[in-house]
Amino acid sequence: MSFLREKLDKLKPQFSEGGRFAKLRSVFEGFESFMFVSDKVTFKGSHVRDTIDLKRTMSVVIIALVPALLFGAYNTGLQHFKSVGVDPAVLQAFWFGFVKLLPLIIVSYVVGLGIEFIAAQIRGHEINEGFLVTGLLIPLIMPVDIPLWMLALATAFAVILGKEVFGGTGMNVFNPALLARAFLFFSYPGWMTGDKVWTEGLTAGQNIIDGYSGATPLSFCAAGEVTKLPSFMQMFIGTIPGSVGETSTIAILIGAIILIVTGIGSWKIMVSVFAGGAFMGLLLNAFSANPYMELPFYYHYVMGGFAFGAVFMATDPVSGSQTEKGKWIYGFLIGLLSILIRVVNPAYPEGVMLAILLMNVFAPLIDYYVVQSGIKRRLKRARVTIKINTK
Amino acid sequence: MSRSVKLKKGFDIRIAGKAEKLIAGDVNPVLYGVKPVDFPGLIPRLNVKPGDMVRAGSMLFHDKLHPEILFTSPVSGKVVAISRGDRRKLLEVVVERKGNDVMDFGIANPEELAPEEITEHLLASGLWPAVRQRPYHVIAKPGDVPKSIFITGFDTAPLAPDYNFIMQNTPVKLFRTGLAAISKLTDGKVHLVTDGDGAVTQAAANAGGVEISYFSGPHPAGNVGVHIHHIDPVNKGEVVWFVNLQDVVTIGRLFEEGIYRPERIVAVTGSDVLHPRYYKMLSGGSIIPLVSDNVNKGHLRYISGNVLTGTRIEPDGYLGYYDSQLTVIPEGDYFEFFGWAAPGIKKFSFSKTFASSIFPKKSYRLDTNLHGGERAFVMTGQYEKVLPMDIFPMQLLKAILAGDVEMMENLGIYEVAEEDFALCEFICTSKIEIQSIVRQGLEMMIKEMS
Repeated sequence: MSFLREKLDKLKPQFSEGGRFAKLRSVFEGFESFMFVSDKVTFKGSHVRDTIDLKRTMSVVIIALVPALLFGAYNTGLQHFKSVGVDPAVLQAFWFGFVKLLPLIIVSYVVGLGIEFIAAQIRGHEINEGFLVTGLLIPLIMPVDIPLWMLALATAFAVILGKEVFGGTGMNVFNPALLARAFLFFSYPGWMTGDKVWTEGLTAGQNIIDGYSGATPLSFCAAGEVTKLPSFMQMFIGTIPGSVGETSTIAILIGAIILIVTGIGSWKIMVSVFAGGAFMGLLLNAFSANPYMELPFYYHYVMGGFAFGAVFMATDPVSGSQTEKGKWIYGFLIGLLSILIRVVNPAYPEGVMLAILLMNVFAPLIDYYVVQSGIKRRLKRARVTIKINTK
Repeated sequence: MSRSVKLKKGFDIRIAGKAEKLIAGDVNPVLYGVKPVDFPGLIPRLNVKPGDMVRAGSMLFHDKLHPEILFTSPVSGKVVAISRGDRRKLLEVVVERKGNDVMDFGIANPEELAPEEITEHLLASGLWPAVRQRPYHVIAKPGDVPKSIFITGFDTAPLAPDYNFIMQNTPVKLFRTGLAAISKLTDGKVHLVTDGDGAVTQAAANAGGVEISYFSGPHPAGNVGVHIHHIDPVNKGEVVWFVNLQDVVTIGRLFEEGIYRPERIVAVTGSDVLHPRYYKMLSGGSIIPLVSDNVNKGHLRYISGNVLTGTRIEPDGYLGYYDSQLTVIPEGDYFEFFGWAAPGIKKFSFSKTFASSIFPKKSYRLDTNLHGGERAFVMTGQYEKVLPMDIFPMQLLKAILAGDVEMMENLGIYEVAEEDFALCEFICTSKIEIQSIVRQGLEMMIKEMS
């Protein structure tokens, strides 16, 4: 690749301070460091460094998202063909969904990365890799029929007001992808809720066969029609209507394994979200005031965005709890609140998004108490040693 | 009574080039350098000028804030150079070896001396700087009475010398005398901490009158900060001292023979050393005899000390005051096409994101490439895995960056030094200069408390 390197070296002065394209410096640097790991050597401190960097970290998350993405493409096609009464071949369904999803992914990346480039240039920083993951998460948690301009607007909102105003990747309070979803959820509820938005073409309403409602398991439950739920296995595999990437628990589990084995995602958060969900599920079982409350807790794992939220959203290291003890509490409360909102609050059929955003706000508070308890332990130790010394 | 502590947290960097247990020779370089930059926070005041004749043990410079702390020449000869860096910062005083003219500090039995007399001996001979303290990891203050003194009997840093081997080649008598002298400096205990993985080490077997502790586990199990944290932690207002094993021997020699002769057994290590072995030489010696015809061709980095905490020196530089190790590794000043995306069979990482993690025993030729650009803190829970202390590393770093003195105090700044955070810096995904941040915090505390 030396010819590419030579080209870049030749172009570099023009993009440096005082060059013709100095205004595009961060863009150039972004592409350069994307293609070539920099030749920078250690100057201070440790002379050798781990080969991992943020690009590697983020690309592992993207790899973990691939199963959910592929299944999402297939399921998008499958649901569409089901709604018009056709039984598609696997590849046919996948291709249909892929063509539908591609514009969503492109819009999300172009808008988000564009803003990142501008922000990096203004700050004089290198471009942060954080959006590589956010940019893929956003389309995966949207209904497939979302208009592209809405997606663009939501992405811009999330990146600018959710991240850049706080100082960029690493400084944000909320998970940017969820913020994009929340923005649309409250601004354009018609496009984010109901039975029709989850299946491609259903809103337009052409050629829909009778009996296909497009309702998600959660909307059945919210409507009190628990008996209409698909089988557990069907929901586990994910051939049900829902946001693009959230339906297949099995694909999400593959991602979870990748994140846990590589150590990139916190297994503590994932486990505790599921534990919190189980706790609330069992508690509701104990009350069992309606059929929804009687639902076995593990049904909640495979419905809606619970698994997706636990594996890919709650584990965001920046907006989540940063202490190890705090992660247990943070995850547990997310699981607990998700199910509580789902079952008890009739206005919001899905509780995961709100639970995670709410806990994003409380994560610093959790960390504060964990750190304070550490400080108290230290003070206690000091008192003990002083006592021994004065004896 | 002995205690053993097994540590799980930490990480051994598998770098190639471990020194063979063989003393390849007694080297006598012509030039010796004493470097004020080896002592963090020191403001040196020169006592010599180029051309001056000095004896082994005569003063080259002293500490401006504590004029009784002297830094002396390891050999007799002529001061040939005084090099300065930016803003005339004193970098090194170079002495050319000539003759055998030694300062006589007098033979004495430390058992019969008062603590003040021992302190005076150490100060006059230039051995006081070998006695350091926590908090802050700086030269101890003469006149303080530490609550305990730690002697580190092993080193777990990458390619670190094997102190058991070194002690087998060191006169036991000097070590015992040194221990006796050091024991006088505290009312509390003297702790000798040694390797818990091996058999009873030589140092432990010969130590009388000291408390022996065994530590085992991955690096930084051999760091004095970790030992102090687990045995006798430093709280606000308390002071603990520590001395390196080989310096104890030099202190012993001072009392047994009346001279300052900082003999060292030095491990020459690293992937680009042709014959990694041990050598005997005096502290501060030029590394030329160690590396001539003994390193690979190419752009290399010479490090006095280990790859985590060592100091970069020139190919004709001098070994640092506290160092018993020289490491030579390749520089990493090259571009790598899609380096972050490759499967990475040959890429060493603490994380399990590279294919190399399926070979848990292989050692690697690591270079100095940064492998990425600096970013904000993003990942969490990483630093905790390599810091075997009850401390919140990221929160402490953020408190330092915010200049929040009270928070730093609460989070345990008195117990740590940059070397304890070296592994955090190694594994950091965001490539943050963690050791510099820690030192910055320590300096802030020194200023605040004085």
